[in-house]
Amino acid sequence: MATLVAAELRSLMPTPKRTARRHLPGFGLTLGYTMVYLSLLVLIPLSAVFIRSFGLGWGHFWDVVTAPRVMASLRLSFGASLLAALINVVFGLIVAWVLVRYAFPFKRLIDAMVDLPFALPTAVAGIALTALYAPNGWLGIWLKSWGIQVAFTPLGIVVALTFIGLPFVVRTLQPVLEDLDKEVEQAAATLGASAAQAFARVILPALWPALLTGFALSFARAVGEYGSVIFIAGNMPMKSEIAPLLIVTKLEQYDFAGATAIAVIMLVFSFAIMLGINALQHWALSRHGGR
Amino acid sequence: MAAAETHHPAGLAEPGRLLLIAVALTFLGLFLVLPLLAVFVQALAKGISAYWAAVSNPIAWAAVKLTLAVAAIAVPFNLVFGVAAAWAIAKFEFRGKSTLITLIDLPFAVSPVIAGLIFILLFGAHGWFGGFLRLHHIRVVFAVPGIVLATIFVTFPFIARELIPVMQAQGKDDEETALSLGATGWQTFWRVTLPNIRWGLMYGVLLCNARAMGEFGAVSVVSGHIRGMTNTMPLQVEILYNEYNYAAAFAVASLLALLALLTLAGKSFMEWRQPELRHATRQTRDRTRRENT
Repeated sequence: MATLVAAELRSLMPTPKRTARRHLPGFGLTLGYTMVYLSLLVLIPLSAVFIRSFGLGWGHFWDVVTAPRVMASLRLSFGASLLAALINVVFGLIVAWVLVRYAFPFKRLIDAMVDLPFALPTAVAGIALTALYAPNGWLGIWLKSWGIQVAFTPLGIVVALTFIGLPFVVRTLQPVLEDLDKEVEQAAATLGASAAQAFARVILPALWPALLTGFALSFARAVGEYGSVIFIAGNMPMKSEIAPLLIVTKLEQYDFAGATAIAVIMLVFSFAIMLGINALQHWALSRHGGR
Repeated sequence: MAAAETHHPAGLAEPGRLLLIAVALTFLGLFLVLPLLAVFVQALAKGISAYWAAVSNPIAWAAVKLTLAVAAIAVPFNLVFGVAAAWAIAKFEFRGKSTLITLIDLPFAVSPVIAGLIFILLFGAHGWFGGFLRLHHIRVVFAVPGIVLATIFVTFPFIARELIPVMQAQGKDDEETALSLGATGWQTFWRVTLPNIRWGLMYGVLLCNARAMGEFGAVSVVSGHIRGMTNTMPLQVEILYNEYNYAAAFAVASLLALLALLTLAGKSFMEWRQPELRHATRQTRDRTRRENT
């Protein structure tokens, strides 16, 4: 009955909302400006890399990319990034869990500090980590007594990439952990599940999409990272030379074709990860049932 | 939040909890606190006067000025873009919206080194526009314009991706009311929209500025490293470091570290005033997807 009356009233009244909505101005201007600015500063410059690499021809492109030094740098970049992202998934989960669930002194300060790798310029991070892990540094001296050298080895690269990627995992997990329904865990505990069982059966499944997203974000950032790595890496060709550094080296030798070819490989890979992350978030959202 | 801390679901016992806290704090201490501490300790390793000499050196000052100038150009450019993009995306429905958001995020997926490379390919001596620029005696690469372009590229998404969710959350009722009361489009924007989004705006500007001042890889590729001319602060840090002038390198680095700490403080303050800023970027995609489906 009430709905009938409402419908009748609505049909009698003019619809001011609709006319006003049509008048909200600026759509053409703002979308046009957005498209022009995006094209001029991002899309056209980025397309230059691809168009330049087409100019190389497939044979030349293949020769550049499969050169042993290039392959070694790509392997190192992807391998070290993978390792760093895995370290971040494990410790990022612990950090996020502790920050969301437990109370301890200076928690807010520590929470704010997690963003330090976003805020600290990469060159500063690079020289600071090198100072720490150099054979005479605060940590290096101690590690040396164990026979471990970090700075100027691939291990140093992993350390720098772990630093750079940490906030991605923590910040992706935190909101999901905050939303996690504690009643489900309590129910699991009431039904006799141990803490480990509750974690493996109840918490972890809910965290999968966020964990994977954090992993992918951290990995993608690490693959392209330059500033924090070059100081600590040692930069020995075939051993500790990352792909972005090899691009810079080739540019300095006016080898534009070589630099462009490596860039194309890295860009294709980065875009693939980005689309993967989008798909992951889509999956996470559909699992949340449109919440 | 308080309730979350008082009862412990899944009943992880006290020792387990303490162990997890200890692991987390040790990890953060090793990876975050120690490097930060190292910057300041190394900067002051040769005493206050050496620190002051390194910081007040004319070449260091030139780097500080260039860094400030580049950020002063790049941030407003991305601010205007961010507002325009957020207005179009948050207030209107159109096809391809989520593609547009993905494209705006694109620079985050690009290595800083490649961000520099693309401008060399466009404006370098052998680039698409290289001949034209040489003919007209315009320098882009290995000069300040190149540094600005590379900085705009790497900081491109920051303000837009903070503003889009804020504007989406505001809806458009306020603007429609203002318009129906006879305000013009610009009046509505300045008097209604801008006050509504001011926190999101400042938040985006803060993050954009931190990255603009700290960018290393992209700027390094296009700068040409001309001392006192095209050296920003991060590049100056590298040069001093490679000359084994560690105390001076860390002295300049300490200024950048202070900037980072100020950024974090400002960020925390804004999140405390406006808690919804915290997870703003995550909401953009969610909301856009939900509208599309």
